[in-house]
Amino acid sequence: MASLYLLIPVSLIFCALAIAIFFWAVNSGQYDDLDGEGERLLFGDDDLEEKSDDSGSDDLKEKKETSDD
Amino acid sequence: MSHESCYHCGLPVPASTHFTVEIKGESQPMCCPGCQAVATAICDGGLSRFYQYRAANATRPDLSKQSVLEAYDLPEVQADYVEQIPDVSGKPSHLRIQLLVGGITCAACAWLIEQHLEKLSGILSVRVNVTNHRAVVEWDAQQLKLSELLKAFLTIGYDARPSSDEAARSLREKENRRFIQRLGVAGLGMMQAGMIAVGLYAGAFQGMDPVWQNYLRWVSLIIALPVVLFSAYPFFQAAIRNLRIGHLTMDVPVSLAIGLAFTASCWATVSKTGEVYFDSVSMFTFFLLLGRYLEMRVRHRNDSYAEGLGQLLPPTTTKLSEQGEVSVPVKSLQADDLIRIAVGETIPCDGKIEEGVSSVVEAVLTGEQLPVFKQPGDLVSAGTVNSENPLIVRVSAVGKQTRLSAILSLVEQAKTEKPVQVALADRVAGYFVLAVLFIAAGVALWWWQHEPQQALWVVLSVLVVTCPCALSLATPAAMAVATGALRQKGFLVSRGHVLEVLSSADQMIFDKTGTLTLGNMTIAEVIPLSGLSKEVLSKEVLSEKTLVQIAAGLESGSRHPISKAFSEIAEKIAVNNIEQQVGAGISGMVDVDEIPGNIFSATGLNTASGQIKVAIGQPSYITSLFDIALPVLPTNDATKLPLLLATEQGPLGWVLLQDQLRPGAAEAIRKLKSAGLGVSLLSGDRENSVADMAQKLGIEHWFGEMSPEQKLIQAKQLQQSGHRLVMVGDGINDVPVLSGADVSVALGDATDFARIHADSIMLSGNLDTLPNAIALARATRSIIRQNLIWALLYNLVALPLAAAGMIPPWAAAIGMSTSSLLVVLNALRLNRL
Repeated sequence: MASLYLLIPVSLIFCALAIAIFFWAVNSGQYDDLDGEGERLLFGDDDLEEKSDDSGSDDLKEKKETSDD
Repeated sequence: MSHESCYHCGLPVPASTHFTVEIKGESQPMCCPGCQAVATAICDGGLSRFYQYRAANATRPDLSKQSVLEAYDLPEVQADYVEQIPDVSGKPSHLRIQLLVGGITCAACAWLIEQHLEKLSGILSVRVNVTNHRAVVEWDAQQLKLSELLKAFLTIGYDARPSSDEAARSLREKENRRFIQRLGVAGLGMMQAGMIAVGLYAGAFQGMDPVWQNYLRWVSLIIALPVVLFSAYPFFQAAIRNLRIGHLTMDVPVSLAIGLAFTASCWATVSKTGEVYFDSVSMFTFFLLLGRYLEMRVRHRNDSYAEGLGQLLPPTTTKLSEQGEVSVPVKSLQADDLIRIAVGETIPCDGKIEEGVSSVVEAVLTGEQLPVFKQPGDLVSAGTVNSENPLIVRVSAVGKQTRLSAILSLVEQAKTEKPVQVALADRVAGYFVLAVLFIAAGVALWWWQHEPQQALWVVLSVLVVTCPCALSLATPAAMAVATGALRQKGFLVSRGHVLEVLSSADQMIFDKTGTLTLGNMTIAEVIPLSGLSKEVLSKEVLSEKTLVQIAAGLESGSRHPISKAFSEIAEKIAVNNIEQQVGAGISGMVDVDEIPGNIFSATGLNTASGQIKVAIGQPSYITSLFDIALPVLPTNDATKLPLLLATEQGPLGWVLLQDQLRPGAAEAIRKLKSAGLGVSLLSGDRENSVADMAQKLGIEHWFGEMSPEQKLIQAKQLQQSGHRLVMVGDGINDVPVLSGADVSVALGDATDFARIHADSIMLSGNLDTLPNAIALARATRSIIRQNLIWALLYNLVALPLAAAGMIPPWAAAIGMSTSSLLVVLNALRLNRL
């Protein structure tokens, strides 16, 4: 039972950490759009039809390169 | 009308048109060239998955907006919106802009916009926020102009404009973030305190070493501290503010319960006596915050939708100065300046025409879609649209002095006089608060006299048990669910009182133009005539098809709204030497060979070319052009506009145009009546055409030729006789009465201005949404009542027990949370209606 004297304060520290991370996430705008983000991952951009792969992939590649710079 | 609906926007497809787009190998019907163009652009971009992903129909695109976009390329105009983003070395490298995007209906729209724009060269990043309809775009101005960027939105059916409400937006963003933080802290605190409370309650049953009990109490105190100080802060703030102005709102007992329970629990912890309520305090705070958060989200969503749409006037205009024509911001215009207004442009100021003959659509002022003929010397008003020829106008008034501004101030005035709706829950809250405070005082007095050492704890449990958690969740939970359900049906609620008033409304008032009709002319009837003059060789008449084809050929070059009725006719008969007389009609030459059947007399023909002169227009125009007798008007139906098609040898036939009724109009009115609402029609149109319309749709009360002021007076009279009004309108002329009604509904394709000032917006073009919205509002009202009754019943049962000192902290916590949960679950039932 004596271990509770250590374990509960440790859990409180974890709580405080979780809150700190949560505050950071909110402030960096991750919770600004609660309607869109939840569904965004359902619309993968890797499975566009072939048509776009012909015309769009080069542009996308170029963009990747420039953003890496 | 066919029962097919447009694959893109979901509106019914008119029977006379054949627009299709091949999507995923299947040919899908489209209702108009706009939807067709947008759907084609989406599919050509390889983005047809949009149709699979979307949860709601797209809005019908308006392709006419393209012309004004170039104005945004002017540096003076851009300065207001665009932000320079420096690169690593500090030099400006690219630009960033916040755009307000119209037409976003679901998360798939965000996907579509981001996918489409990211393919353009020059775009660095696009981020669309579905909640507040904003897009943040970073782009390279060297490669892409701002107007091209905005055009890219239009191509896929969204109307993007620089957002001009940055301050309000960032304020909302801050409030929202802070709220989520408070909610997070309260949620985590609730779970932690609850976990420890389970240990404490178990200890209370089984016996527990006081050392451990004390330790666990201290830990819960530490956990509850940020919840009370940070998360519950808004309640304390609001309670103090309300007490100062002498209002007893829900915040008062909430703050009292949280504050007292927390302080007493702290005292119990320090003094090692009594009971602690840290878990209940955290749970209260969380549930109450949740209710407030739901309210705030509804409010924010509507604010951000409405704001920024208020740009009625173009940002720039073309000024004629000694240096020639220059583009200048409208702000810089002064009286006596000369400006040129191109075809399709909105007139930015009041003024007098110096040069040019054209027709001007004054729908913004009068609601009348058909243009008014204007010639030099005539006055034009800000906000009206030049529709046929370029005009040169001498500015007489700008800004606040314009007629448009006068109407706007009428609106503001009507708004302040609007009846105030007190929400049911707030009315209950006042009595409830008083009752609780009296009972708590009575209980305190009784226990003080009998068992003073117990008094504080019993009073506390009375306050905790009666904490109006369920009561204050009852309304926002139901409102949030109902608002969401309505949005899915295409009905946006912008103000808090809408649902409540919709449920008790007993009068619905329509404005005819654009409300019950679509506002675009279509061919209603074609009547061939055989009255060619004496030298006619044959008595044959031309087929209806041929007549329409000739008319379409004549109208092909015109930009008058009437010509739109003919724009969808295939195989037009070619007409050359077209001459247009503004506001009257059009004439031109046609090859006789083009017209099937040999019906014309050879003598009247220009034999060299084999052509004959034809004309279409108002009967008076035709008789002034040709020396022919006027045939009898085929109809007395004032909703139809008769055009006469004739040659110099005699009349060929009548083409009757009519404004199309909105899909579902008659059906919607029947449903509204059976739901017990009185339906009336207040219109600025001619008396007899309003009468015809009313008769067709089964509306008994109607008034024609009404000015905005008269409409407002009429609405006020109805209100004074105890009616609650829902006003449906779309033009600026409707805005005063929209603002004065108990609840106003603007149509999705209404002017931006009407949309901003309306309490709710009907996005779907289908009037059937109205009875649905009324039904849902009534269901919401009964759910709210059930919730309130439940919350009060719970309090009635729990209160005597608490007053008798029979409710331990664990029972209070369970009772409180189950009653709150029940209220939320009950509200969720609205989703299934």
